[in-house]
Amino acid sequence: MIEYYQVFATILLFVVVLGLIKVFNGKEKIVQLLALQLLGTSTVAIILLLAQKLQLEGLRDLALIMGLLACIIAIAFVHYVNFNSENTLKK
Amino acid sequence: MIINTLGWILITVGLVFFISGTIALIRFPDIYSRLHALTKADNLGLGFVIFGLALHSDSILVSIKLLLIWFLIMLASASISHLISLNALKNKMNLDEES
Repeated sequence: MIEYYQVFATILLFVVVLGLIKVFNGKEKIVQLLALQLLGTSTVAIILLLAQKLQLEGLRDLALIMGLLACIIAIAFVHYVNFNSENTLKK
Repeated sequence: MIINTLGWILITVGLVFFISGTIALIRFPDIYSRLHALTKADNLGLGFVIFGLALHSDSILVSIKLLLIWFLIMLASASISHLISLNALKNKMNLDEES
């Protein structure tokens, strides 16, 4: 019997790896931020699939926290990092 | 049985949306079209996966919790896309800027 939840989670993990390559290779910082957002969303999907497979209720709370933290990363980046210049903070 | 199969179909459709969103993020030329790919295709994929999992779950409370997680992530993603596009517009990023 094939474990279909784990197969789907593995495919999503490949999506995460593709986004991670974009994070490391992206020329602009804002593109790297967008790839990080993609990573947050697909991580939530992976954790929910594994929560269904393992029947662990706590993993769903973990997915909720992951979604919130991805949102906070983007807010902090937009507030503090000037995307046009290289490695300088706005403040 | 039918509900189980429908759940698997929904999860598969969600995976297709995730993969297309990632390819769009890699292939699209500028920041605004990338935002469009990220915030629409990705959240739709997550929504399909969550609907499939809600059909698979045992109790109705777990299904409601999954739908609430999707709602929160959609809310956060929509506000973040507005923030990022406002920042890009303020910093005068061009439409055809090649990364």
